[in-house]
Amino acid sequence: MLLIECPHCGPREQTEFTCGGEGHIVRPDPDTATDAEWGHYLFMRKNPKGLHFERWFHAHGCRQWFHAARSTVTHEIFAIYGIDEPPPAIDPSKAGSQ
Amino acid sequence: MAKMKYSIFSLLRQARDYHRGWPKAWRSPDPKPSYDVIIIGGGGHGLATAYYLAKEHGITNVAVLEKGWLGGGNTGRNTTIVRSNYLWDESAHLYEHSLKLFEGLSQDLNYNIMFSQRGVINLAHNEHDLKELTRRGHACRLNGIDYEMISAEQIKQIAPIINISKNIRYPVLGGSIQRRAGNARHDAVAWGYARRADEYGIDIIQNCEVTGIDIENGRVTGVQTTRGPIKARKVGAVPAGHASVVGRMAGLTLPVESHPLQAMVSEPIKPVLDTVIMSNTVHVYISQSDKGELVLGAGIDPYLSYAQRGSLDVIEHQLEALCDLYPIVKRLRIMRTWGGIVDTCPDASPIISKTPIEGLYMNCGWGTGGFKATPGSGWVFAHTIAQDRPHRLNEAFDLKRFESGFLIDEHGAAAVAH
Amino acid sequence: MSQAFRNGDGGRIDRGKRVGFTFDGQTYEGYAGDTLASALLANGVRLVGRSFKYHRPRGIVGSGAEEPNALIQLGVGAHTEPNTRATQIALFEGLIAESQNAWPGVGFDVGAINNLVSKVIPSGFYYKTFMWPAAAWMFYEKFIRSAAGLGKAPTEPDPETYEKRSVWCDVLVVGGGPAGLAAARAAGASGARVILADEGSEFGGSLLSSRDRIEGREGADWAGDVIDDLAGMAEVRVLARTTVASYHDHNYLVAVERLNDHLPLGERQGPRQRLWKIRARQVVLATGAIERPLVFAENDRPGVMLAGAVRTYVNRYGARPGNRAVVFTNNDSAYRAAVDASDGGIAVAAIVDCRPNPEGALIRLARERGIEIVSGSVISGVRGAKQVSEVEVAALNEAGDDVVGARRSFDCDLVMMSGGWNPTVHLYSQSGGKLAWNAELATFVPATAAQKSREAGAVNGSFSLADALAEGTRAGAAAARDAGFEVEGEEVPACEAAPGDGVLALMPLWDAPSGRKGAKRFLDFQNDVTASDVALAHRENYSSVEHFKRYTTTGMGTDQGKTSNVNGLAIMAGLRGVDVPEVGHTTFRPFYTAVTVGALAGINSGPELLDPVRKTPMHNWHETHGARFEDVGQWKRPYCYLRPGETVKQAVDREVLAARTSVAILDASTLGKIDIQGPDALELINRVYTNNFATLKVGQCRYGLMLKDDGMVFDDGVTARIGENRYLMSTTTGGAPNVLNWLEEWLQCEWRDLQAYCTSVTTHWAAIAIAGPNSRRLLAELTPVDLSNDAFPFMSWQDGEIAGIPGRIFRISFSGETGFEVQVPASYALALWRALMTAGEKYSITPYGTEAMHVLRAEKGFIIAGQDTDGTTTPFDLGMGWIVSKKKGDFLGKRGLERPDTLRDDRKQLVGLLTEDPNEVIPEGAHISPSPHSAKPVPMEGWVTSSYYSPNCGRSIAMALLRRGNERIGETVALPLEDKVVRAKITKPVFFDEEGERLRG
Repeated sequence: MLLIECPHCGPREQTEFTCGGEGHIVRPDPDTATDAEWGHYLFMRKNPKGLHFERWFHAHGCRQWFHAARSTVTHEIFAIYGIDEPPPAIDPSKAGSQ
Repeated sequence: MAKMKYSIFSLLRQARDYHRGWPKAWRSPDPKPSYDVIIIGGGGHGLATAYYLAKEHGITNVAVLEKGWLGGGNTGRNTTIVRSNYLWDESAHLYEHSLKLFEGLSQDLNYNIMFSQRGVINLAHNEHDLKELTRRGHACRLNGIDYEMISAEQIKQIAPIINISKNIRYPVLGGSIQRRAGNARHDAVAWGYARRADEYGIDIIQNCEVTGIDIENGRVTGVQTTRGPIKARKVGAVPAGHASVVGRMAGLTLPVESHPLQAMVSEPIKPVLDTVIMSNTVHVYISQSDKGELVLGAGIDPYLSYAQRGSLDVIEHQLEALCDLYPIVKRLRIMRTWGGIVDTCPDASPIISKTPIEGLYMNCGWGTGGFKATPGSGWVFAHTIAQDRPHRLNEAFDLKRFESGFLIDEHGAAAVAH
Repeated sequence: MSQAFRNGDGGRIDRGKRVGFTFDGQTYEGYAGDTLASALLANGVRLVGRSFKYHRPRGIVGSGAEEPNALIQLGVGAHTEPNTRATQIALFEGLIAESQNAWPGVGFDVGAINNLVSKVIPSGFYYKTFMWPAAAWMFYEKFIRSAAGLGKAPTEPDPETYEKRSVWCDVLVVGGGPAGLAAARAAGASGARVILADEGSEFGGSLLSSRDRIEGREGADWAGDVIDDLAGMAEVRVLARTTVASYHDHNYLVAVERLNDHLPLGERQGPRQRLWKIRARQVVLATGAIERPLVFAENDRPGVMLAGAVRTYVNRYGARPGNRAVVFTNNDSAYRAAVDASDGGIAVAAIVDCRPNPEGALIRLARERGIEIVSGSVISGVRGAKQVSEVEVAALNEAGDDVVGARRSFDCDLVMMSGGWNPTVHLYSQSGGKLAWNAELATFVPATAAQKSREAGAVNGSFSLADALAEGTRAGAAAARDAGFEVEGEEVPACEAAPGDGVLALMPLWDAPSGRKGAKRFLDFQNDVTASDVALAHRENYSSVEHFKRYTTTGMGTDQGKTSNVNGLAIMAGLRGVDVPEVGHTTFRPFYTAVTVGALAGINSGPELLDPVRKTPMHNWHETHGARFEDVGQWKRPYCYLRPGETVKQAVDREVLAARTSVAILDASTLGKIDIQGPDALELINRVYTNNFATLKVGQCRYGLMLKDDGMVFDDGVTARIGENRYLMSTTTGGAPNVLNWLEEWLQCEWRDLQAYCTSVTTHWAAIAIAGPNSRRLLAELTPVDLSNDAFPFMSWQDGEIAGIPGRIFRISFSGETGFEVQVPASYALALWRALMTAGEKYSITPYGTEAMHVLRAEKGFIIAGQDTDGTTTPFDLGMGWIVSKKKGDFLGKRGLERPDTLRDDRKQLVGLLTEDPNEVIPEGAHISPSPHSAKPVPMEGWVTSSYYSPNCGRSIAMALLRRGNERIGETVALPLEDKVVRAKITKPVFFDEEGERLRG
């Protein structure tokens, strides 16, 4: 079980959170998006082996969403940052990225 | 290369000489500079693909490239359940084809894969479950797949250790059974396919990781590996949990996410359960192996991971429900837990498809249920590669469905873990 | 024979406290402080079990968690527990133990026939046979399965209880041997919050088995003093009988404390075991090392034991595992065991050492005792079926791969073997730490830690006491420092150990030759894997580490290879002609030793605690009025109210009729309710629903449909405008949390400019639906609010008092009947329910359950999200195109509805079905076929989503999703059931009051 540092509540057990998956997905303009673009937005995911920028929701706590930069190989969490913030610069090799 | 046929006679003959005459089950060849077809991934699906390429399509200039040891991914980490009681026609036909191949597989491979048709029961714990199972039952019956709804009392007769008291949190209201379903020995499936593929002259190359896919003018020309470049006219990727990693080598983004899925075994005990029982609502999947261990599948972890390990809370929740349903397990002990990496698709259905790159084919997204599909998946994938077009059985499992919206929503039938 | 093998003094047992127990029906006596294993040995019991495959007689091999053979069925009846290790069972009065996997008994076991045919059944034989005739496996498997398993599961529910505790600490020290004790003391002194856990009943680890001295005291006494010191430190917690079983991500470790297992049944109080879930800032692993057996001919005879284990039995328990021993070793440590055994009253006939010229302090000690040292030699055979009686010794040739010269025989009843030591790296490896091969020690040792952990003592391959104490002290201090504490001084306790302490001077001997073909050299005692099996695996190219393990089943028993793994890897490396690290090692997985299911489940099972039970405020009333409940998510909802003598169908019909003929009430409290406020509340609602809410005035309500962004129906419900910037959204019962999370996600992550705030008020407000022609009359008696159609039109709401309770009245209806929904604060709901029942008596008011609700809504063709939809259903499929706004801007799901597949005109669409036989109720889930009699697979074109008998229509009704359904109204379709084909006419999915006069009346 991961230990996640909620930006509002401090470190808490993972079971208090809901994982929202990949972060920073941009919803295309529905009026101009092609079917392929819309399908991509709905379903296609980077699913990286290594550094992953993802969303978490403190469902059983402050009920706030935030971002985490985490390794999908070691599970190490490198950064927690705001839901409206861009991903921080992190050396992907630290996260065992491939 | 003709292999020694396995039988009780060869076993007796070999015993006389302290088993010193058994040949290798497969060679450990060095990669050739080029092949007609390269299969990326030496799991059950990849090895089956290679075997059926040779057997059904006469293509034997094939290499299977495996980054670790063959059968080392999800093939060797699952709870070995084989069944075909799926809801939608597309899935039902594919999994049923697979189950039928399983039924003759030991003889076909001359390798006892121990397919034991001891039945798979799905439990219903509420009215909604009952409705889902009934709907699936009607569909299976019309698709020619054996499926019966059974009462809690009937389940108790088949599996006396189950608790059908009404006084538990989610009582057993009834269930369904597929009697032709059951378990097979997972390693044996990989090894049996490997041995026969090798017999056809197919090169199974272990410890050979693919690091790049060569593409020229939109057409695949070969792969880069940790053992050097290898040319190929066609490349079929069956990388399970690593689908996205391999996809990216060809510039493809896939609709899959890789999650940990855990399973565990108890210490071995004398036989108490002679069937497989699945309960999607409380995420409990139980059977007993031929060694006596209770084999338990847990739920999927919610976060992405390539670590082959999950969180303990998933296991705790599973065992909480297990104690309710099977009270005698409480004093038994969990001996070992492990995790696999499952590549899940948004509709809980796989991708067995051509790709935008000519000569490159993808087979992935099996999520929690790939083992049961091993023969069928290999069979249709071999067809897709050999003919450069999908077989009728896998037409619907195309990558393009995520664009058109024609999803095959099997969340109900796929369950969380198998 | 009363403890004939017990020394008169020495050891840590209490000779004043006799403890009676039975093994295989025979009564024995031991002492307090014994384990079952030490007591059995003291009583001269050698044969304790049978192996898994060949049913060979087996005796005790080890003295702790590594024990592969002495697996015991402990206790009887509901308390029975299979596969317990005799070496770890604390002896208590009245203990009942049985040997396992033998019939009729461990002395004569029919299963031993397998041993006779063992030549034919090597590793993996089952992959090569049982294939003829086809499908015969099911036949053969019956016999194989009947031989499966070791112990027996209980047949009754567990009478004992378990609990869990979640804690955090600054420093967790795993292992209470010298290194762990030193670490805990150093860390504890800094004021850090320390937890020290050890699997034993007494702290001290290896000190309990040795005669070493620390700080001028016996090692065991020093350990006791350190524990006393630690007890005086406020932030330190000491856990005995506690096995740290797994090491997970982010320094999360799980330990099992055995609270009761060492006590007689009558003295047990409280939970049996406690699972500790520990989040540690820093971890010190002082987990010690496990001795390796040697692989030699017939090394599985009862009486062949690990040398260190014999030392433990003699020193700690004053028990002699035999009277005359031969030692077989490839390293110095066995000499220490031989010396202690000799001093403990065991005649050591010889030390057989494969090394050509063993020299050193320990060897001198042995020589001083007159023990013969047979160097450059191996044991080439062991005789004695159920107990060792004689060993045969032969010299190694120069290459060390065969034996030469004449054989010598030694009479003995005990063989003490040592093949070196394996650091107990299980937890370290589980944490993700990388291992490195240490050629000098011929084993894997920790290399690079992956988490905030340190290793100290034998787990590092540091086998001397002085090193253990030094490393422990340093690790404890450093851990405390890294956890933010100041550490003053790092005094390493001074010790006096035997000369040569910690020296191994090991010469690898992985597979001792015997010069005899077919002699069984065991590697994995429990699973009966021999060196020949490894050779077979190699010959057949199952030579990667995982293939070898799986093909031979090495390390797959309850001991998980603690004594077999490294030997197996090394033998395979030898066959492959590579170094051991090139073969690699299998993954260490949780748990270190197996963990009781009950402990992992804790208290969280049973009818109340497996999952929270959610009950409405009127639950008890329902219960006392015949309610049959159904589970809807976590909620308990009345399915119907049974009157005495009534069937479920009769009850449902009665409830349905009452709602259409007089008045009926439903507890609708479980529906989700979300209070949405803020200047942009309307904008939020407009973006998540398909229809337009901009025209909704304060005081009005509107039904809305919610889609996922792929256009598929997700949830539905009525939303009321409460104020200028305030809305009350209702959701389905099961969908409530998902909808709230959905709104939050969009608000917080995507639409951050919107000022809207959502709060769940589901359990704040209880809700009662009042339906039926008399509903207005009834409600009017209880409220001053003008309920007339003009003053209170359909789809509006008002504040008002009902039965004196302030609440809200909604003119909405899911039954299609004239009706109201009343919401009051939950604590008043029961009072309101009672008031309605009392006032409604004259109308024969009838409470109705979820099934009647379903029938009523189906009569009207109202859908239930999740029943008439399945994740592939769009609003257009449901014939609800009217609710998808063409005018308003973007909303979730809008673009999804315009994809090629969702635009197809041959999709499945919701229709009504009327069977030709009005009494025939089609089963829900039945499928519609255009050619019901065709061969299988029978083509299918749709399925029945809802189906009921409607007492109001006087016939059955059904709803179905049917391909091109919209254009096929009036056609007849066929539904092939199991035993017949039912025909039904396609209609619009409305069966009652199509114009909605009642609704609006």
